[in-house]
Amino acid sequence: MSMIAALRSGLDVMMAKDDNVIVYGEDVGYFGGVFRVTEGLQAKYGKTRCFDAPISEAGIVGTAIGMAAYGLRPAVEIQFADYVYPAYDQIVSELARLRHRSAGDFFAPITIRMPCGGGIYGGQTHSQSPEAVFTHVSGLRTVMPSNPYDAKGLLIASMECDDPVIFLEPKRLYNGPFDGHHDKPVVPWSKHDMGRVSEGYYQVPLDKAAVFRPGKAVTVLAYGTMVWVAEAAARESGIDAEIIDLRSLWPLDLDAIVTSVQKTGRCVVVHEATRTSGFGAELVALVQEHCFYQLEAPIERVTGWDTPYPHAQEWAYFPGPARVAEALKRTVEA
Amino acid sequence: MTPHTPLRLHVPEPTGRPGCKTDFSYLSISPAGSVRKPPTDTAPADTADLATSLVRVLDDDGKAVGPWAPAIHPERLRRGLRAMMKTRLFDARMVLAQRQKKLSFYMQCLGEEAIAVAHSLALQDGDMCFPTYRQQGLLLARDDISMVEMMCQLMSNVRDPNKGRQLPVMYSYKRAGFFSISGNLATQVPQAVGWAMASAIKGDTKIASAWIGDGSTAESDFHTALTFAHVYRAPVIINVVNNQWAISSFQSIAGGEGTTFAQRGVGVGIASLRVDGNDFLAVYAASQWAAERARSNNGPTLIEWETYRAGPHSTSDDPSKYRPADDWQRFPLGDPIERLKQHLIAIGEWSEAQHEAAHKELEAEILAAQKEAESYGSLLDGRVPSAATIFDDVYKELPEHLRRQRQQMGV
Repeated sequence: MSMIAALRSGLDVMMAKDDNVIVYGEDVGYFGGVFRVTEGLQAKYGKTRCFDAPISEAGIVGTAIGMAAYGLRPAVEIQFADYVYPAYDQIVSELARLRHRSAGDFFAPITIRMPCGGGIYGGQTHSQSPEAVFTHVSGLRTVMPSNPYDAKGLLIASMECDDPVIFLEPKRLYNGPFDGHHDKPVVPWSKHDMGRVSEGYYQVPLDKAAVFRPGKAVTVLAYGTMVWVAEAAARESGIDAEIIDLRSLWPLDLDAIVTSVQKTGRCVVVHEATRTSGFGAELVALVQEHCFYQLEAPIERVTGWDTPYPHAQEWAYFPGPARVAEALKRTVEA
Repeated sequence: MTPHTPLRLHVPEPTGRPGCKTDFSYLSISPAGSVRKPPTDTAPADTADLATSLVRVLDDDGKAVGPWAPAIHPERLRRGLRAMMKTRLFDARMVLAQRQKKLSFYMQCLGEEAIAVAHSLALQDGDMCFPTYRQQGLLLARDDISMVEMMCQLMSNVRDPNKGRQLPVMYSYKRAGFFSISGNLATQVPQAVGWAMASAIKGDTKIASAWIGDGSTAESDFHTALTFAHVYRAPVIINVVNNQWAISSFQSIAGGEGTTFAQRGVGVGIASLRVDGNDFLAVYAASQWAAERARSNNGPTLIEWETYRAGPHSTSDDPSKYRPADDWQRFPLGDPIERLKQHLIAIGEWSEAQHEAAHKELEAEILAAQKEAESYGSLLDGRVPSAATIFDDVYKELPEHLRRQRQQMGV
């Protein structure tokens, strides 16, 4: 399955399993979503389970909170992560805080899906990676898969979780893995092991990272598209990097990170998002706090530049395998 | 040369500032009994006249007149009057307690008691209100919500059901159909619409009731909520409590000049009413009409309640800095308690003596509740929920990083 089909399958499984699961968002109903993730769900489950929403992100999230307070489990879609900001008040002030402020009287088990990330000539408002504006918010869980198998299993786990989950989907990975070599044709998920996804119910647990590539020389902390870029960088540079796919950004799997860095003594953090106050800063701080005495070199960060996401300069902006490989070299040679 | 004179920015002002008298002629007020009552399945577009006129039942003599005069048993009216008195006395007592530093903050609803109290009588068990911080009447009108518990929330003491996490007055009572109050204005309105959508999705018969003040209608969530309520015909009542003031801002700065908030509803295709918020019978009748409309699948209703914020915005506010001191005395719709009292006496169902007795009884009840609440501690004596509990309920289960931070706190 492609990541799109895997996500669709995850929604399908959950809608079949639980009558309280409701799916809506802009163009999500009849049309099946601008990325086809919800295709066929309205025909299968009816208009009261899967429906189109007005173009209002705050309305989508705000109504979902009310539905969840009633007892439903909405899985809503924001068309692009770049457009989530109008819903930020509802997400930060309401969704994230509801259980705490009411001491458990009310809570909202909502999953907010949103396509994120660049590498698609999306320009400023179709490429952003806003994970740091969610990981900073207490009460939220932020999740990002890197392959179809995880996408389905993490989506099901997110929808079954009683905490609100920001579910970021790297749209660059929707149809196939992408290692940053934009000049080469993309191989579809059907030709990849991780495209093997079963039809039925399964979960990939939240708060658990995966060792994407075992290695000894340096630990790479990555998620989403950058997992594949890091893998290409390790392969092409011949550096035996251990790549950790975080999968759950926050709360995260600290043990997996610490175990790896204590073994390798070196760490490179890679993300597409802008650098300053990005999620990488938190990862660097955690590694520094927990692995200081094992570190053999300064912790490196390879990230998007501190600029809005450009259009024509896409590949100068996107942290590709060459930039990651340079950081790996600097780190192992330090 | 341009033929035009220079453009000028219009910044609305209230007619009354400190030392002046407010000219209340801006309020369009219909005579009691003069506004028609349409069937509850009326088309939203046909409510345009109701969004500019004012539904009123009680006339100057306290007589219930016109098509909106509800069939309501005097016992229920006495219950309503008592709940309004209780709300006012509770507020007065808590303002005093705030002045004595027994609580950090308070917000009264002086002058607005009829709206929440009468509205609550028109709802049913299982319906859900999404209130602002000025609908304490929804709770105080109920027999099953203890004032002691409410006061414990206000005092953030060891019995505070919110565990000391929220500012005073930000109650949460799921069991009473009272949604957790948030400090962020207007956010609850789309949430109420979503709750109502959920009830419709599940084929339930429960309805939602959303609350917002005049000032907060300028927040984008208000417009969002109206759109969603209209699009999905959600079984919701959207209550706009127009008390003329948003802290120091007159309702004209929220967009009320030359228009009404009820007209917003008609504009987006929602049946809308503009109602005398100090007329207990009108509030009850209009709420009942809207509830019946929602419960019968005829869609949402917006009601603008015309009232006056008689007290300061909060215990942190001094209204004498921006409006006339005697404004409430001059407000043409009067005092909701006085008006219902006058009506009940006029129909021979109440007396000054009974009123005086009820007043004394309620004062004693509130004082006793306060004594008991204070026995569970307050900010003043530090008997507040344990600091370790701030880490609970951030998530359903305590995650590792919060477990570590709790350890670090050393409690």
